[in-house]
Amino acid sequence: MHQPTHDEAIAPPSAVPVASGRAIVVTSGKGGVGKTTTSANLGTALALRGARVALIDADVGLRNLDIVMGLENRVKYHLLDVLEERVALEDAVVAAKGMENLVLLAAAQAREKDEVDTEKMRRLVAALRERYDYVLIDSPAGIELGFKNAVAGASEAIVVCTPEVSAVRDVDRVVGLLGNAFKPRLIVNRLRPQLVKKGKMLSVADVNDILRLPLLGVIADDPEIIVTTNRGEPLALRNDLATGAAYRAIAARIAGEDVPAPMPPEEKETLFGRIGAMFGGKRS
Amino acid sequence: MIEFLKRIFGSAPSSSSTAKERLRLVLMTDHLALAPEMIERLKHDLVDVISRYVEVDRERIEVNFEEHDRALAMLANIPILSVNRPEPPAVPPSAPLASASDGVPAAGARVPPAGGDSGSPPRRRRRRKKPQLASAAPGSGA
Ligand SMILES: Nc1ncnc2c1ncn2[C@@H]1O[C@H](COP(=O)(O)OP(=O)(O)OP(=O)(O)O)[C@@H](O)[C@H]1O
Ligand SMILES: [Mg+2]
Repeated sequence: MHQPTHDEAIAPPSAVPVASGRAIVVTSGKGGVGKTTTSANLGTALALRGARVALIDADVGLRNLDIVMGLENRVKYHLLDVLEERVALEDAVVAAKGMENLVLLAAAQAREKDEVDTEKMRRLVAALRERYDYVLIDSPAGIELGFKNAVAGASEAIVVCTPEVSAVRDVDRVVGLLGNAFKPRLIVNRLRPQLVKKGKMLSVADVNDILRLPLLGVIADDPEIIVTTNRGEPLALRNDLATGAAYRAIAARIAGEDVPAPMPPEEKETLFGRIGAMFGGKRS
Repeated sequence: MIEFLKRIFGSAPSSSSTAKERLRLVLMTDHLALAPEMIERLKHDLVDVISRYVEVDRERIEVNFEEHDRALAMLANIPILSVNRPEPPAVPPSAPLASASDGVPAAGARVPPAGGDSGSPPRRRRRRKKPQLASAAPGSGA
């Protein structure tokens, strides 16, 4: 495993009483692999299960989560307003459309990532954990301060990886930085089963042969994601669509339900082979 | 080897298997935190140290890194020509194990500096990373 040097090392998760909610950072290292899409959909799917969920956009300077959630017109205040105590937390969060139990704390758009105080961020997440069952933190790309601030206060991590060499390498690095304390779990995003079949894309087994993380689930590369993002309605609202159902299955797994990790449809025929490869240890 | 067989049977390796192989190699160096050129230097220093005790066949030395479940192991196969010590190993002539200074702190056991830096001029390029290299297993891995 990658050994971080001292000044890189991420502090272990903050000790917060067990009765409080879980704070999960969604991260990846590489940009554009689907952190924001994943955060929006998992937040929605967890809220649909009845949980109280707070989404934090920690990508200060590049606010996105409000758009993906379709809440850009409702946002008045942002993360830094709360961290710098200009606005009370409950006034800064906005409720999702038609869901009182799902709120968003937007990022500041016209500010810089390094204006965030790590210790204040930690305290904010701790405060949210007292009021919500899940606090999902959408991390910015990279492994610098913005990432560290997103991780501060988290109790666990979800890493999002696309089946590409560069994405896998970056996830490997991020997981090395996080260490085991954050219990990182993997979501493979944008898989194209047909390409995998033709040997033109890394398979989930290929990716996890290298990363060896507990697999939460696999999300297909799905044009519906683009359509729903255009509308600002997370795909997780659509249980009739395979990818929407996949997000719900991942949410169920996060909640501790014993359901299988979702796989994109076309891959199902080889599902057992893949799972075998994943658990069967080394292949040469 | 598999690539070689594939070439014989006329099918080019799929791009996904190329991707996987590239990943495997790049992560190995990432985890070592050593550039490939540093690995060459490590091999060289390793042989120097062993040569103080036994005469080795420099031409047939193999040093490989393998990863098992995110733990890295170094496997060295060093054929020994004779056990006659070329010279007594009381004081190592050159000591390439001088302590690292450029901020890659190693969490594991620290190898004490084996003597001074006599002989070699101080060079900053001695970036070393010890814990992953701990299990050198001479003789294993044909
Ligand atoms: N499963 C998917 N299928 C199709 N498109 C996807 C999928 N996941 C993400 N995308 C698209 O990829 C783009 C990047 O996604 P997203 O913004 O979620 O990534 P990110 O990791 O948050 O990026 P950044 O690092 O810039 O914050 C978006 O246009 C999104 O709609
Ligand atoms: Mg994003």
